[in-house]
Formats: sequence, structure tokens, C-alpha cells
Amino acid sequence: MKIFYTYPPAMKNIGVILIPVFLLINCKGERESAAVNDTSAWPSTFGYGRLASVAEIDSLNTDVRPDGEGLKPGSGDALQGKTIYIARCAICHGKTGVEGPYSKLVARYHDPHAKGEKAIGNYWPYATTLYDYIYRAMPYNSPGTLTTDEVYSLVAFLLYRNDIIDSTAVMDAQTLPQVEMPAKKLFIDDDRRGGPEVR
Amino acid sequence: MSEQDNKGGKYSGPRIKRRALLGGAATAAIVLVQTTFGKVMQKAITETELTGDPTKKLGPPPGIVGTRSPFEKPVKLPSDTSSRTPLQDLFGTITPSDLHYERHHGGVPLIDPEKYELLIHGMVKKPMIFTLRDLKRFPSVSRIMFLECSGNFRGNKETLSPQEVCGLTSQSEWTGVMLSTLFREVGIDPKASWFLAEGSDAAVMTRSIPIQKGWDDTMVAYAQNGEAIRPEQGYPARLVLPGWEGNTSVKWIRRIEISDKPFMTREETSKYTEPVAGGKIRQFSFVMDARSIITYPAYPARVEKGWIEIRGIAWSGRGKIIKVEVSTNAGKTWSEALLQSPVLDKAHTAFRFLWNWNGEETEIMSRAIDETGYIQPSYKDLLTVRGGTGGYHFNSVTRWVIQRSGEVYLHPDSKK
Repeated sequence: MKIFYTYPPAMKNIGVILIPVFLLINCKGERESAAVNDTSAWPSTFGYGRLASVAEIDSLNTDVRPDGEGLKPGSGDALQGKTIYIARCAICHGKTGVEGPYSKLVARYHDPHAKGEKAIGNYWPYATTLYDYIYRAMPYNSPGTLTTDEVYSLVAFLLYRNDIIDSTAVMDAQTLPQVEMPAKKLFIDDDRRGGPEVR
Repeated sequence: MSEQDNKGGKYSGPRIKRRALLGGAATAAIVLVQTTFGKVMQKAITETELTGDPTKKLGPPPGIVGTRSPFEKPVKLPSDTSSRTPLQDLFGTITPSDLHYERHHGGVPLIDPEKYELLIHGMVKKPMIFTLRDLKRFPSVSRIMFLECSGNFRGNKETLSPQEVCGLTSQSEWTGVMLSTLFREVGIDPKASWFLAEGSDAAVMTRSIPIQKGWDDTMVAYAQNGEAIRPEQGYPARLVLPGWEGNTSVKWIRRIEISDKPFMTREETSKYTEPVAGGKIRQFSFVMDARSIITYPAYPARVEKGWIEIRGIAWSGRGKIIKVEVSTNAGKTWSEALLQSPVLDKAHTAFRFLWNWNGEETEIMSRAIDETGYIQPSYKDLLTVRGGTGGYHFNSVTRWVIQRSGEVYLHPDSKK
């Protein structure tokens, strides 16, 4: 009977007898407009579209998951990463990852001055996301141009700068998913449920 | 010429107002004309075209596309990353498509509809590719609903208009094929619980979405307000997820991967998440909670003593708006506003409240109540439950101060 409240207050004057009639019409009308198809009379398939080949899927499927699924062969360390960072990334993110002008990348988890920053060390829950995102969308002005070795190297450099791995640690498809990010423990699922409670 | 007219600061009739539009001696008005890719060009109207009695001069013949009156110039307010809808300039609840807010992460891509393809793969029986033509052949659905960016809040100074406070919300009628219809075609593994949505912009934007939302009401839309989706809105096809934060409605959709886990993309970990009480970070906060804003009177409007129709919009990502309350005395008492029917699910709803202003300084505000019983909170209350931090999903009440002069200013919220 929630529907009743959707009427503007003026409509209440119509009276108690008329309202239930309106309700029935309205309920039906709203269900029809609720953008849900009745599929009972549909064929099991419409036959539109075509099967995708493995090659077609592989050409687009670059995503990398927290367990490492999707990581490509290749490797790199912080030293190699530093050179690439200076050449390709520093112009936006600053010489050491904190100067900007765009997104700060470095904020060590226990650094009190980094409070409020949303950087890799104090805000990113998964190291694999770094690989996925850099490979996918960076550098901003020439996205998708880094090799897998370059991406592993950059990830190693950024993890090192954020005090998460050693300067000599090599990042590859085996080691990267093992990296524990300090901010992971901060994440909770959405706890809002509607209703009177504000969260 | 117009400088001289303005010296006394006096307004002396419509002729002067027109002259304010002068761009040169022979030019009486500047018309904005939009080209195919959103470039706005200026076209001049001459003084002779404007003067005289319009009933004594034959007007131009029917044309191939309509244009706005040269006297109406609603514009979006762009920044590096977004562009905001001029809520204070609009009427009713449908946002003109060219004024729909924009938020994108790697610019607006140019996509040839003949080459467009949507791939659905992963935990499916048949991985499939659909062309735009294929998508349009399936049973279609239309739905009027709002889209709102979850970062839709500004409030730190008095001179902010509704566009600046919360112009990252817009409403359209979207038409397309339900994602559930495509799910039927590819055959979803019953163990699947999430899917990845990926756009073909330069950010190759990705979000993980619970599969149930795909079955419930997610649409692959190819049309907006009766025509093909605009490039800025995802041409030729995008997702639309009713009631959920805008970035999940991935534009320029090119790939959907069915999975049994979320992918933890950059956008859903380091970006569209919000710090909450106890030093925690809230993730996958998809639904937009109820909100409203008075769009008139609001900065920069100026009002006169007497009857004023207070107008605004209210919306909720959890369902219908059941009530909007308005206060004209700084929140001491609240009165119920009129809602314009039909009140739609997860849609902007127009509200109105007739008020006789006595000319004394006061503060006006609105609060939305949705069908779950949620009441739009005050800034202070919301800040308190969030542990003193702002961020995404900040949907607090907007307050407008009306000064004795009739000038209207935002009541700037402050953390103190």
C-alpha cells in the first residue's frame, strides 16, 4: 500500500472510496512501465548475434583479478620502474609521486601526514589493480602503450615507493598477487539498507 | 553603446536587454549552434532581424532541425573531468539531452556504429558478440529515470547555484534492450554472481556489478529522449542501472564478462569508495540515497516580497519519492510540498510549494522522503554518522538564505 503515498496531498481530498480504485489502476500501470519484460511467450533464443571466437575474446579480455588471473607473462623491478616512471608518469604525478598536479600516488600507510590522501599505500586494497589499471588506461595522454614488462616495473616502483615491497623485489604473475596491501583491512561492504536509518 | 546604457544601472525595457547581447554594431544577438561532435559555434543575428513587429514580417520556413531561442542560453558547467546540468534553468523533470551532465574518465570516444560490437563472455554457455543492429532487433524497453554521479556535492561557499551544488544529476527517457534479455541468449552459469562492465573510451572504464542487478533492471540503452544516445552519454550504446551511482552505468559499453567474484577495478577500490566512521572505507555503495534540492528560488535568483512558488526536484535510488517537505523558517517547521504526478520509480520528481514571503530574511530548504521511509538528512547529521568526513554519496539537505534585498545565497555548510 506504499503506492498511496505517491499522491500529492491534494489528491487525498478525493476520498477513501475512490482511492482504492485509483490504486488498482495505478499499480497495473506502474508495473507495465517498470521496464520488465514478460518473457513467457518468448522463444528460447532470438538467434541474433554470433558466437565469439577465442581470439576475439582474448583481444579484449585484459582484466586482472586479485588472485592474479589475467596477469600476462613478463616482469620488472623498482629500479627499472623508476626510469619509466620519470619518462612517462612524472609529468602528471610528480617526480616522487606526491607533487601532482594529478593524483598523488605515494602515501605510506603509517605516515600521519598522509591522512586524508587516497594514495596507493594508504588506500588501495589490491596490488593487482595497479597492473590492471596502468596497463588499461595509462599514461593518460597515450593510454594502452606500455609493454607488460614496463607495467610490472612501474607497479614494482610504486609499491616500493609506498613502502610495501623491497627495492629489489621482482614483480611478475606469481609474485604480484602475493603482495598484501596495508589498506585492505579498512574496506567494508556497503551497510546502507534504506529505511529510516541514515548511514 | 551598451556600456553607456548600463551606466545608470537602470533597466529601461526589453530593447536595452537585447542590446546587452550585442557582439558588434550590426549584431543584435548571438545564437549558439552545435555541430556534430558537440562543438558550439556562434552565429550572429543582425539588428534588423530583431527589430520591428514580428507579426509584420514573414519568418523563416520550416527547417531540418530545431534550435533554442537565441534568448535562451542554458549551458553546462564544465571542469576537467565533468560537466554539470543547469538545474536552475530547467523546468519539469526531463533534462534536454545536450544538457545532461557528463562525467568521463578518458574523454569522449568517437565510435562508428557500423563497427560497434558488444562482447558477452566468461561464465556463459555461449560467448557472443552483438552488433548495434542486433541490439536494436531484441524486444525493447523505455524507462524514465535519473542518473546521478556519486560525487555530486559542493557546499563550501555562498555563491553556488543548484548547478554547482548538485548538477551531476540528470533525467532522460532511455530506450534499449534489457541486459536480462541478452543474458538469456548467452546462457548465464547459475554459479555466476558478478559481471564486469567495460567501456571503449580511453580509460577503458570498468566496474564490477552484482549479477542480480543485471537480471533485475539493467538496460543496454541505445536511445535517449527519443534519439540515438549523444556521444557524451555513451554513443552508440551504454548500460543504465536504475538508481545506482552513475559510474556503474558504463558508457560506450563494449564488453561484459560474467564471473563469480568482483574484479576490484581501480574505480571500485581507490576511487568510488568513501571513508566512513571508524576509519573504514565503504565499498560497493551502489544505491543513490534520497535527495532533493530547491531549484527556485536559489542563487543567483533574486525574488520579490509576496507569493513565490518554491520549486525543486527530489529523487531516490531506492524507489519512489513519497513526500517532500519544505521549510521556510530555517527548519523550525516543515510543510508538505505538492508532487507532480506521475511519480516514477527512481526518477526525478518535481515538487512545488506556494509561499507568501513577508520580506524578512529567512532560510528555505527541502527534504525528500522515499518509499523505504528514508528521510534526507541535514548536513550535520550526515557528517556525524559518516565520522566527520565528506566524500561520495553525500546527499544532505541544501539550504538557501533569502536576504531582505531578495538576493538568494547558499547557506554554506561547514564542518564546525
